[in-house]
Amino acid sequence: MEYSLRDVASVIRSKNSGPYELTFDIIFKDFDLYEKVKAAKVICEKAFAERYNIPESNIMNLVYFDPAKAVKITIVRPIPSGSLGETDVYGAQQHSPLMNYTFNL
Amino acid sequence: MDEIRVLSATAILGYGFPVESFTEGMKRKPHVIAVDAGSTDPGPYYLGAGKSFTDYNSVKRDLEIMIPAAIEANIPVIIGSAGGSGGKPHVEFNLQIIKEIAKEKNLSFKLAVIESELDKELVGAKMKKGEITPLYPAPPLTEDDLEKTVRIVAQMGEEPFIKALDEKADVILAGRAYDPCVFSALAIKLGFDRGLAIHMGKILECASIAAVPGSGSDCMFGYLHQEDFVLEPLSPIRKCTTLSVAAHTLYEKSNPYVLPGPGGAIDLHQSNFEQITDNMVKVSGSRFIPTEEYFIKLEGVKKVGYRTISVAAAKDPVMIEKIDSIVQSVKDRVRNNFEAYGIKDFFLDFKIYGKNGTMGLFPGIDDRIAHELCIVIEAVAPTQEQADTICGFARSTMLHFGYEGRISTAGNLAFPFSPSDCKVGEVYEFSIYHLMKVEDPALHFPITYINFVNGI
Repeated sequence: MEYSLRDVASVIRSKNSGPYELTFDIIFKDFDLYEKVKAAKVICEKAFAERYNIPESNIMNLVYFDPAKAVKITIVRPIPSGSLGETDVYGAQQHSPLMNYTFNL
Repeated sequence: MDEIRVLSATAILGYGFPVESFTEGMKRKPHVIAVDAGSTDPGPYYLGAGKSFTDYNSVKRDLEIMIPAAIEANIPVIIGSAGGSGGKPHVEFNLQIIKEIAKEKNLSFKLAVIESELDKELVGAKMKKGEITPLYPAPPLTEDDLEKTVRIVAQMGEEPFIKALDEKADVILAGRAYDPCVFSALAIKLGFDRGLAIHMGKILECASIAAVPGSGSDCMFGYLHQEDFVLEPLSPIRKCTTLSVAAHTLYEKSNPYVLPGPGGAIDLHQSNFEQITDNMVKVSGSRFIPTEEYFIKLEGVKKVGYRTISVAAAKDPVMIEKIDSIVQSVKDRVRNNFEAYGIKDFFLDFKIYGKNGTMGLFPGIDDRIAHELCIVIEAVAPTQEQADTICGFARSTMLHFGYEGRISTAGNLAFPFSPSDCKVGEVYEFSIYHLMKVEDPALHFPITYINFVNGI
């Protein structure tokens, strides 16, 4: 069965974690599907790097956090927050590529 | 003592709170009222320019309720990361507000002011000793970057707060502080578990953001015990749930299991979240793991020039189709025009909204183009005058640029404003995001005391 992340997640967000990192949270609606996603490691470094067109080595952390049925991905910010070339000082609107992420289980 | 009760007024000082929630909090007889006032979120400008990113009246409104209530209840008020960034001018901004409140309300109390701005010379000397290390992915600090840096603050831990509490300060106004400290300092002073105290502070620092529905402008209450802590929202419309609290643990953190701070990290691998009433959650199992040596985090910014921007829009389908080559041609024309004249050292950028503008930091991930574009022309140069020149010339060049296939020959841009260009002022970038080894956690955070008697 095909799932779209925006249908099965209650929260999909991005934000700075300090000026040099961007962090993404995906919180699932229910534990069952979260467990299945986690077991199949549907959200992984490779899939994320492809979505954002970045090298996998720029992903600092990808953690499944059971208490919140959530996946957290932290990456090297392409530039430090507010540097010349900035488009999103808070980093709060960098999440949309995750919303349309589809996967089969 | 088996319980410490902490009232968190709001997520950031100046964001406000309903008086009803605050009154509920006071009914629970807190041992301390605390609030975090800072963040690096709004970017490098505020630290560099010495400006608060929260408003004078908004901050005064919050403190005007908090300080008299605390004096009345004979408990301390602790404010961390004053003025948003915690530098000297930021602390001064908040100090003026406190002085005004003291005078207007005829208050008597002892104020402790803890500074957190560091001299470049100190950081330079520490750098030579190898005691400054970058926080990856920040690059190593160079002498050149340090030279260009205009302001450095260090994040204090609990220790300076404990000193001020030992001196019986009624109100503590601190510069840059690790967010949870203002909530955990009293508990740690009284011997409560550091891991639990800091974890509770981590949640209280965002006040009601950890509840459902979440809010950055409502109070939250924490009860710290020897083996656990309990969180309670103070508005009847909010609840803390195990999920809302656990989910908050993710917020703005790199890794939800290990949260580093001054002197060590809290480890949440064994943390347990338990619903104890309809709206209260109990957390246990969080541990503090000290580092062998004590490190404090430094934040510093350098000035890179002055900015001028112009906002315009385009609707012409031919123009939209050719926008990338038009932008490149305009950039070339600007550079060519001023090269011999002597304005060469500038940054010229076009943010194209409607064509992956918001996520321009990730090129190549979205090729959709909207039926109209918003174009923000940005020039940054060593002086405001030069930034005006470059932005203005880029704007007029783009307005009349004769691109291939052009049939709309009167002008390429729609300006919503007159004047079309806007001086934005000084531009800063982060230059320091490093750890500094210290012998004494309180050494670099000098404390001064002011005794107010009947408002003066």
